Amino acid sequence: MKSMLAIIRRDLLLAMRRKSEVLTALFFFMIVVSLFPLGIGPEPALLRKIAPGVLWVAALLATMLGLQRMFAPDHADGTLEQMALSPTPLGLLVGGKIAAHWLVSGLPLVLLAPVLGLQFDLDAGALGVLVVTLLVGTPLLSLIGAIGAALTLGIRGGGVLLSLLVLPLYVPALIFGAGAVDAHISGLGAGGHLSLLAALLALAVFFAPWATTAALRIALE
Amino acid sequence: MLTATGLTCVRGERRLFSGLDLAVAPGEWLHVQGENGAGKTSLLRMLTGLAHAEAGEIRWNGESIRVLAEDYRRDMLFLGHHGALKEELTPLENLGLAAALDGAELAEKDALDVLRRFGLRGREELPVRFLSAGQKRRVLLARLVTRKAKLWVLDEPFTALDVKAVDMLAGLIGEHLSDGGMAVLTSHQAMPIAGCKVVKL
Repeated sequence: MKSMLAIIRRDLLLAMRRKSEVLTALFFFMIVVSLFPLGIGPEPALLRKIAPGVLWVAALLATMLGLQRMFAPDHADGTLEQMALSPTPLGLLVGGKIAAHWLVSGLPLVLLAPVLGLQFDLDAGALGVLVVTLLVGTPLLSLIGAIGAALTLGIRGGGVLLSLLVLPLYVPALIFGAGAVDAHISGLGAGGHLSLLAALLALAVFFAPWATTAALRIALE
Repeated sequence: MLTATGLTCVRGERRLFSGLDLAVAPGEWLHVQGENGAGKTSLLRMLTGLAHAEAGEIRWNGESIRVLAEDYRRDMLFLGHHGALKEELTPLENLGLAAALDGAELAEKDALDVLRRFGLRGREELPVRFLSAGQKRRVLLARLVTRKAKLWVLDEPFTALDVKAVDMLAGLIGEHLSDGGMAVLTSHQAMPIAGCKVVKL
């Protein structure tokens, strides 16, 4: 457990020293979301309708940006080998890396989303639901993304392959995440969608670190 | 005691070596020799458990390393070609994080002492990317002291080191062996360290 915390601390420290990577994803999210109201024009009803989908798709793509670098630097400089040789089970350390990835690239999106949501004329209730869906959904994106990042590790041109591999797997998160906000806006209540999203998260927390570890071991052979 | 029987290594279509037997007892070290591409690094990676052997078995104190898994990894330290150093972090941070990864306690004072012993005085707080190749290597070798492992598996530990550092490392290995430790290393130089066994690939 202590090694897991050390990994999280190390990755956060590295993110602090390489701020540009974190900020790129964040600015990408901001700009993509802001382009839609500018392109579509100021029609509140339409903007409210597309807001959940736009914010969620932008969050998916912003998470994708940093995904390839999740294990690649560690693989290149031999840290991954040392992690595999640590007395701590590799699964725990991988869990730590996924947690760090979420803290660096998922959490800022969650915090930024309500501010960006204002551009789409969402009311306070809808913004609240949006934040909750992202809070449950972004860890799911990091977990699923980790499997893809581990599978494409060391492959030339892995970036495109990673997108092709991971984006289809993001579809359920997108449907339930954006669906929850839609349902709330249309007065149906977000409970059902949120429960399904949380169930997906529970499943991924259990399954993704294990699958990622297995993929990493193959990459290390 | 580390023993291996009937090790076979296949890379792609090529059989690098087969039926290799070796044994290292406390106080002994194994010098793995061979041409470039003979499979030295592959052998070391097998001994650490990172790579699977095509055939054969590796045992640590009589038990298969696959079964021992974490217990074996606690007794073993592997330093490979790659530094496993983070360029953005300082030597001190790198050493501390390596210790944390090993699940070991390392007080900052001890880490500083070790780094100074390895001739890195004044560079403890400098990001590793500003260090020379030899200095990076020294940061890496500092782990030999901070991490208490019975078996050292070192891949080309003498590359990029100056004469003084080579002597120091040889002394360190000698000390480790006289304390009942074991070492397996690849090197193109002959090292005058007692207790040498040679494996030619």
